[in-house]
Amino acid sequence: MAATRVVVDPITRIEGHLRIEAQQDNGRITNAWSTATQFRGIEIIMTGRDPRDAWAFTQRICGVCTVVHAVASCRAVEDALGIRIPPNANLIRNLIHGMQFVQDHVIHFYHLHALDWVDVTSALKADPAATARLAASLSPWPNNSATWFAEVQNRVAKFVASGQLGIFTNGYWGHPAYKLPPEANLMAVAHYLEALDWQRDVIRLHTIFGGKNPHPNFLVGGMASAINLEGTATINAERLTDIRDMITRAQRFVEQVYWPDLQAIASFYKEWAGIGGGVRNYLACGEFPEGNIDELDKMYLPRGIIMDRDLSTVVPYDPSKVAEFITSSWYEYAQGDDAGLHPYEGETKPKYAGPPTPWTYLQQEKKYSWLKSPRYDGKPMEVGPLARMLVAYASGHEEARAVIGDALGRLKVGPAALFSTLGRTAARGAETVLLARRMNTWYDSLVNRIKSGDTQTFTSDKWEPETWPATAQGYGFLDAPRGALGHWVQIADGKISRYQCVVPSTWNAGPRDATGQVGPYEAALTDNHPLVDPQRPIEILRTIHSFDPCIACGVHVLDAEGRTVTEVKVL
Amino acid sequence: MYYPTTHPWSGDQSLGEHLNERGVSRRDFLEFCGSMCAVLGLSKSMLPSLAAQLEAIKRPSVIWLQLQECTGCVESVLRTAEPTIGDLVLDLVSLDYQHTLMAGAGQAAEKALSDAMAANKGKYVLVVTGSVPLNENGIFLTIGGRTGREILEEAARDAAAVVGVGACAHFGSVQAARPNPTGAVGIRSIITDKPVVILAGCPPIGDVVTATLVHFLTFGRLPQMDSEGRPLFAYGKRIHDQCTRRAHFDAGQYVEVFDDEAARKGWCLYKVGCKGPATFSPCPIFQWNTRTSWPIGAGHPCIGCTEPFFWDTMTPFYGRLPNVAGFGIESKVDVIGAGLAIGATAGVLAHAAATSVYQLRRRRKDEAVAAAAAATGGTTPSERTKED
Repeated sequence: MAATRVVVDPITRIEGHLRIEAQQDNGRITNAWSTATQFRGIEIIMTGRDPRDAWAFTQRICGVCTVVHAVASCRAVEDALGIRIPPNANLIRNLIHGMQFVQDHVIHFYHLHALDWVDVTSALKADPAATARLAASLSPWPNNSATWFAEVQNRVAKFVASGQLGIFTNGYWGHPAYKLPPEANLMAVAHYLEALDWQRDVIRLHTIFGGKNPHPNFLVGGMASAINLEGTATINAERLTDIRDMITRAQRFVEQVYWPDLQAIASFYKEWAGIGGGVRNYLACGEFPEGNIDELDKMYLPRGIIMDRDLSTVVPYDPSKVAEFITSSWYEYAQGDDAGLHPYEGETKPKYAGPPTPWTYLQQEKKYSWLKSPRYDGKPMEVGPLARMLVAYASGHEEARAVIGDALGRLKVGPAALFSTLGRTAARGAETVLLARRMNTWYDSLVNRIKSGDTQTFTSDKWEPETWPATAQGYGFLDAPRGALGHWVQIADGKISRYQCVVPSTWNAGPRDATGQVGPYEAALTDNHPLVDPQRPIEILRTIHSFDPCIACGVHVLDAEGRTVTEVKVL
Repeated sequence: MYYPTTHPWSGDQSLGEHLNERGVSRRDFLEFCGSMCAVLGLSKSMLPSLAAQLEAIKRPSVIWLQLQECTGCVESVLRTAEPTIGDLVLDLVSLDYQHTLMAGAGQAAEKALSDAMAANKGKYVLVVTGSVPLNENGIFLTIGGRTGREILEEAARDAAAVVGVGACAHFGSVQAARPNPTGAVGIRSIITDKPVVILAGCPPIGDVVTATLVHFLTFGRLPQMDSEGRPLFAYGKRIHDQCTRRAHFDAGQYVEVFDDEAARKGWCLYKVGCKGPATFSPCPIFQWNTRTSWPIGAGHPCIGCTEPFFWDTMTPFYGRLPNVAGFGIESKVDVIGAGLAIGATAGVLAHAAATSVYQLRRRRKDEAVAAAAAATGGTTPSERTKED
């Protein structure tokens, strides 16, 4: 029997524009192609601009992970100019980035990923009292009452009866892949709604330090939010109390709702611990500096690489081994399409080579995506929560080992179960637990520093361009919610001469490289992967969503002129 | 406190019945209408009319297209929330097509779009985030294998109203900054046969989106707009004229460098680059994220993100406005301050004058990048402004 050609475009419940093509044979996926269908060219736009403005431009790469490019950009410029930010500014950035992780991961689970596992219509058949008993067996969350679940169920019933299904129109309801009992579905739907309110509330931490969310403000050299306990327009006791409260509520929701829900749902889908593993290599660049940025041993989440799923060895990460390929991407290189270029030597000339629109299939095309294919030492790497948790686990990170070990024990599976669609989703939850807790430490450190009289949030000595060298370059790394991110900046005569980003969703969603190696999405979709009904591709959504795609981030373009740089600075 | 959004609104209920069932008293409702009157700049005599119309409406179809963008505007609308009742305003509509949240994907999603357009022909509200890339026949954005331009033109044809949300829909935002490699334009360059309201900002405040929808659903028309398509109720005044730090500007009390003593006293940010004097925005009044704070409130200068082509006209972001704008010497500050402190209607004209000053500078800048723009086939901001 010939393979069936499958197209899913748009992939919804993600950030950005993604198309997946696949071949299905006997209920399995035998081949897959990942296509980013948007291009914006932001790095080209950076050339000639004031490096202190770069954070604002690159921040607009993504409005979901709305702080990560801004912070990576500040770090790159600070690295280039030799700026060491004050400890308070680092703690504030950690709090902002920490809350970004926690809020983003919870939104991902309930609002982007849950409908792959949760059948909203099944919730109508649930017994609210039994739902409350189920919830009580999992968590002390005080909202989990029979009354509350009955109210949610009643509202869902009316919503469905109205015939106006809104965002739930044409969901894959009733698909045999849905395995949760009605009570678990009802519980998840109730928490879907609660999480909508929770996310709006806790993200206000960004507003206090950065003035707004999405796209809070940052500052090269520190943070603009001055600290003055006697001031009315500064970080004072009132603002700090609000922050303290938000951290508490973030942690409580994660520990009492998100993490228990995730584990409960996972227990009904354990076969997905053997599906969707994909590439066997994992990269984490390290995040949450608790000292200076160059003190890599003081990162809360460690840096490192796992090769070939070998958890006995953590390989050191060497940024000079990163290269990008365009063999399957709509770009051209001067050296030819099979070259792999380090970001410092990178070049990009967009050159569309696909069929005219409207497209039918791209899978026969040699080039099929606006994403490049990053490789580390020639190998495709998965980045993101799973990579970070594997590196932490293998590095002996005690808190990571405890949270992950606890979850593995509860699900009665071994560490190998992590190399899967389900493992990716579980690692995201484990990481959220760790960070929700760790925010307390950063908050306490900030308060203690203020108590000791240190209110500095900004270093001014390298602010003025007259203090800068004629040329400079820097690397800003940051492990973002979706994985390892790098910004490379070069500055000449006070202006940006070149700007590059290599971002998480490029690592994960990129297409085939010069040797034909597929990217992580493509590898995952063909790793023991079912697809029962091509018209209702819920299994594809499960695995793609487990990566939490952010395609606007993934699509980037380097300096148009492609200058070669001889001096390569590696942190 | 949490304010759970657990009350989907069934099609057979009016808003009044729905609110009643939700435990929102008529008094609460009228209070909300009163605050909406204030937000929309209506007199209190309009309150009974607003309340009656809000109570009577059913959930109209909203189709939301996400084009060339970063999803920040969607996230901003997700943050919209006034206690108890603000979340209902999102339930005012039946959100029939919205990539970030919708359950179905691929064909199922595209069918939801075509079904909603057919079933609500001439009646649906089209919300658009993102810009439209025009270079190379629009190949820089496709959805379901079709270009963004084709999708937008089709969806706009039978829309009752078009609401462009955010700087990308406004003028193309960051991807339209020079040299605009993809030829990105705002949606008013595509939709020319009907009014388009533009909720400017990168992103706009979610509550502005809510209030605009309320306005349309209540009065059956879009709110009055300025030349940029921005509703006056939100964008009618400059940040500078509503700023909580304005007294320090008038008193000559400026932050000279970040985190100095003046910064710690909350003084004016003009000298570290604030673009508030040239920016029409509701930020100081509406504030952000359930009125928690706003950019200047958190110590960072305004970057002017509600203004067209601000990536080119308002940069460098930390440059002082008179220098940036070419006003020259600093003694002009007071003159500018006084010149800007005029009425809202004339303010649009004054603003246009200020913008023309920017364009002088922009033209100088653009000469330097003209070759690059031509090479990529992109248009410069100045060229597009002329077209507008």
